[in-house]
Amino acid sequence: MNGPRFSLARLLAVVVKEFIQMRRDRLTFAMMIGIPVLQLILFGYAINGDPRQLPTAVLSQDNSTVSRAILAGLQNSTYFRITVLADNVAQVDRLLDQGAVQFAIEIPVGFERRLLRGEMPALLVMADATDPAATGNALGGLRQIVDSALAPLLTGPLSGLAPSPSPVELRVHRRYNPEGLTQYNIVPGLMGTILTMTMIVMTSLAMTREIERGTMENLLAMPVRPIEVMLGKLIPFILAGVVQVVVILSAARLMFGVPMVGDPAVLMLGLLVFIVANLAVGFLFSTVARNQLQAMQMSFFFFLPSILMSGFMFPFRGMPEWAQIVGEALPLTHFLRIVRGVMLKGNSFADVWSDIWAILLFLLVVSVLALTRYRRTLD
Amino acid sequence: MSSTAEPLAISVNGLTKRFGFKTVVDQFSLEVERGQIYGFLGPNGSGKTTTIRMLCGLLIPDAGHGSCLGHDIRTESWAIKQRVGYMTQKFSFYDDLTIRENMDFVARLYGLPGRKAKVAAALERLGLADRRDQLAGTLSGGWKQRLALAACILHEPSLLLLDEPTAGVDPKARRAFWDEIHTLAADGMTVLVSTHYMDEAERCHRIAYLAYGRLVANGTVAEVVRGAGLTAWHVTGPDHRIAVLAKQLEGRPGAEMVAPFGATLHVSGPDPHALDEAVAPFQSESGLTWRRGDPTLEDAFIHLMRGTEDHFAPGGRR
Ligand SMILES: Nc1ncnc2c1ncn2[C@@H]1O[C@H](COP(=O)(O)OP(=O)(O)OP(=O)(O)O)[C@@H](O)[C@H]1O
Ligand SMILES: [Mg+2]
Repeated sequence: MNGPRFSLARLLAVVVKEFIQMRRDRLTFAMMIGIPVLQLILFGYAINGDPRQLPTAVLSQDNSTVSRAILAGLQNSTYFRITVLADNVAQVDRLLDQGAVQFAIEIPVGFERRLLRGEMPALLVMADATDPAATGNALGGLRQIVDSALAPLLTGPLSGLAPSPSPVELRVHRRYNPEGLTQYNIVPGLMGTILTMTMIVMTSLAMTREIERGTMENLLAMPVRPIEVMLGKLIPFILAGVVQVVVILSAARLMFGVPMVGDPAVLMLGLLVFIVANLAVGFLFSTVARNQLQAMQMSFFFFLPSILMSGFMFPFRGMPEWAQIVGEALPLTHFLRIVRGVMLKGNSFADVWSDIWAILLFLLVVSVLALTRYRRTLD
Repeated sequence: MSSTAEPLAISVNGLTKRFGFKTVVDQFSLEVERGQIYGFLGPNGSGKTTTIRMLCGLLIPDAGHGSCLGHDIRTESWAIKQRVGYMTQKFSFYDDLTIRENMDFVARLYGLPGRKAKVAAALERLGLADRRDQLAGTLSGGWKQRLALAACILHEPSLLLLDEPTAGVDPKARRAFWDEIHTLAADGMTVLVSTHYMDEAERCHRIAYLAYGRLVANGTVAEVVRGAGLTAWHVTGPDHRIAVLAKQLEGRPGAEMVAPFGATLHVSGPDPHALDEAVAPFQSESGLTWRRGDPTLEDAFIHLMRGTEDHFAPGGRR
């Protein structure tokens, strides 16, 4: 009954208006570009996959040339900074429990003697792997550090013992979190969470701003359809989202060396769908909220489960089943699979299609809800 | 000027609107012919804005029915929006757009052909051309009103609903504004304009007076004044004496309205005998000149307002 077909001209009217308003709102505009960079730097380095100078306790029960060479090699690698020379095992345990050190290295009694006899003595390394990203690289480099520290000693008659195969057995105990994630998981995931947050917050203010500024009455009095207003308000933010993505991807490449194994076009498609889905959520919130504060609260209400249950924070398969079901309904869950799949595993379109489809379904449901919730009168 | 071919500009019957338990507009009926300028008056909170919003489809009435320009106000709000210009009481264009950008937005929404030229012409006509690149939010109150009027007549609506368009506008601009409205009406536009100014009410073809959500007077200015059934005395005298006299007359039975107009005091009431009795003690006083006068529109409104208070005010309304 009410109103004719969709009109491109009216959509254009809203788009132009929104673009001008976006341009005039310098602070918001700066935040849209600034926030992702800031967050990426903040979190990217906070969860730096290659931290160095990690505090290390040493329990040396073999005061010999070989053990001194190993300790010097550890220091020189810059991964390890020896802060405590421990006297006994109990002290080592305590230091690790308290988090005073990240690593403890135990050189057993008679290490040099057994090494020279070719008995492959064990070097015991205990790592606080609560945060696997903190320990991963140091541990990864350990074998090489030890081998090259020993190499100059094992010359001449001892050259038979020189590395390959290594003369030392490395026994690594990861404490607290034996599995460990890779750092590359985090930067692409960060892109998903940053987009979720900024896109939803931006559009959640779209309609509430019209209401709070008193312009809603005029907008309602003029002939424009809800879908025209909705699209008109989303389109400028799609472009803003794309700018964010470019910023984040460049930073991921330049600062963190995250690879791009798959096809960027597939990633872009996933990104586009994901961005629009988040914008639609924000728009839905803005049609429900009575003021900007409520809109913000709703955004955060949506944001929290998105980070916690999407597999960004915790491994998705590790969650209980009900939580996985909730997680499946969130666009971020599917986006994480897409972005990790494409960037790290080289997934093709066929691989990620089911996730794109899931986000599209989500988008459809949210859009229909938003358009039914849209106020057509002041009642 | 009866219109048989064309439907009435406004024809509503029994419109009622409640907010919670409060009936804000009660059984409102009105017919407005094309080309008329209809004044819409009433004290603050009497329901003028609410009524206007129902007319243009922004609020759905709880009861009653009617049409604007022949379109049903309940079901054809899209058609109404196309042909009605509504100027809101509170400025509701975009503060962070310039005058021209605001006008452009409106022109695009209505799909006006020759948009650029139309906008330029409208800005020129309302004297906004020099300021077209100024942000609307930085305009003074009067200029905002001009912008709002310019924007809502841009699509050449057949019916113009103006909600207190001249509140806070200086007298010269107000005069210009009314000249503009009369020009538009002469071209066939119908105008319903709410106002608190008596001089503006007197420039309308007809007026409707709303009190507590009810239409209590409706007709030409003369009809409304006559309908109030008031008689009046005008007294002149020394300033200080007039001020004291006003105090002395205030509250005497029969002297319902006592209002100084410069050096003249207007005293009026619905009952001629009671009024004469009320003023009798002062009529022989030297220095005061008493004349029988015509009651003003304002007297009539204040009287109407009191009348409705008595009937509908506290307790009287459900
Ligand atoms: N959305 C609303 N919810 C609740 N009450 C409302 C709402 N809108 C208006 N009212 C009430 O309805 C009554 C009539 O308001 P309205 O704005 O129509 O008066 P008005 O005649 O335009 O007054 P004014 O001359 O001050 O502009 C007022 O008491 C107001 O408080
Ligand atoms: Mg009002």
